[in-house]
Amino acid sequence: MTEIVQVAPSKQTPLRLGISSRLGRIGLAVLSILCGLFLWNLASQHTSPLFLPSPLVTLQAALELMQDGTLLQAVLASAARIASGWALGVVVGIPLGIVMGRFAPFRQFLDPYIEFFRFIPPIAFVTLAVIWLGPGEAAKVALIFYTSVFIVTLNTIAGVQAVNPLRLRAAASLGAGPVQLLTTVILPSTVPFMVTGARIAMGNSFLTVVSAEIVSADNGLGALIWTARNFARTEWVFVGIVALGLLGYLFDRLLRIAVTLLLRRYQSAI
Amino acid sequence: MTNGSSISLNQLSLTIDGNEIVSRIDLHIAAGEFVCLLGPSGCGKSTLLNAIAGFLPSGGQLRVADKPVSGPGIDRGVVFQSSEALFPWLTVRENVEYGPRLRGMAARQRATLADHYLSLVGLSHAAEKFPEALSGGMRQRAQIARVLVNEPSVVLMDEPFGALDAQTREVLQREVDRIWRATGCTIVFVTHDIWEAILLADRIVTMTAGPRATVKTIEAVDLPHPRDPADPASLALYRRLRDDIGAEVTRVRAQGLAGEEIAA
Repeated sequence: MTEIVQVAPSKQTPLRLGISSRLGRIGLAVLSILCGLFLWNLASQHTSPLFLPSPLVTLQAALELMQDGTLLQAVLASAARIASGWALGVVVGIPLGIVMGRFAPFRQFLDPYIEFFRFIPPIAFVTLAVIWLGPGEAAKVALIFYTSVFIVTLNTIAGVQAVNPLRLRAAASLGAGPVQLLTTVILPSTVPFMVTGARIAMGNSFLTVVSAEIVSADNGLGALIWTARNFARTEWVFVGIVALGLLGYLFDRLLRIAVTLLLRRYQSAI
Repeated sequence: MTNGSSISLNQLSLTIDGNEIVSRIDLHIAAGEFVCLLGPSGCGKSTLLNAIAGFLPSGGQLRVADKPVSGPGIDRGVVFQSSEALFPWLTVRENVEYGPRLRGMAARQRATLADHYLSLVGLSHAAEKFPEALSGGMRQRAQIARVLVNEPSVVLMDEPFGALDAQTREVLQREVDRIWRATGCTIVFVTHDIWEAILLADRIVTMTAGPRATVKTIEAVDLPHPRDPADPASLALYRRLRDDIGAEVTRVRAQGLAGEEIAA
């Protein structure tokens, strides 16, 4: 379930298809969304709303869920779980990855566990998490932490191992000791890999939160989707799915803005 | 003005992954001397330079300023062939200030020092740029400034202009000569370009082809500066060095062919 991405994001030349302006890009995106809505609407005309509710029915359901506060509460509950579990995964995964990448014996010692657990999806631990941590927030945050920490750690290890040895030599001959090599060369060189790891971890956190909330929560978007079954409200499932997609887009955007503002100079570090 | 340090190689052999790259090298480089290491590709010139820099264990057979080399140090600055040695997340100024910052020098003092060396290498106008915005020649100037700011007594240059075009290389060769005179440091300069060695060096050390490379000849270049390639003495030296290195290449090729015949 865990993937290592060796190639960190780099500056890419935008593919030029004749429309290169920002306005053109936005226009194409809007057109694409409208096409999607049109096809969705078309398909829903020929089926029962229980099978495929139309965009309009979904919108009405969203407004209904917004009015009684259910939707906002669900979004906030899921967002808080994702943000805290993911942040914890990043905060633990980065130092762990640096130490494991830098010190081979430590990496070799932990390697069997990493190689074992990376193939076990978080959903497999839902029952255990509830037994060990109770049905409250801790179990869900722990599951998201579990899903994030592996990705961030493995990407950080890959980053540390990809540090250009020439830069290490240059720094050493300019007077850097072991700690300074770590803080002034290895850490900045690894930033693009950490960012990639954090972004993938964010995506996987969304997968995990839905699974965890379906199994053991009375609020959150996963719970909303699951509850819809009891009331035969397929449109609530669609509201939950659309809300998840928008929340994911928002989180990724925020992360990208933060990276651009704070870590821009490190993006060309590899 | 820094003072150069002497470098002594006493029966120095260097082994990497079980292969003896250079074997029993005896060489003494005087303080403040400019020595070029010249030889065919793969003869161990860069390995020798890396050993002087302290990147390779030298088993006490290598001394700088009469002290055995036990690791990298700021007394020996290294200019690498690849400009990837610069830190791309730092501006040129921040790259140059890297050494003084590590030593805890105050910001204002650091800035003054960086200004001086950026001006010495002609990079004052590009101080706030990131390395990726610079040309190859400018990046090498930045590397040189980053090394000089530490005021090393020895500067080790590993084919620093190997990847540059002929015009830029010529300009930078003159710059290195000027900087060497201004600082008084000892320079060990690795190159495979015979003219480059003649233009710059006090002495040119040619090496035999590897493995187990050693010193083949040492030529003192007793010609006035700036040196002229059209000068008959320069031409005569060029021919001697070319023949020396050519003989090594031919010898290795003959050995290789003989080896292939045996294998066949």
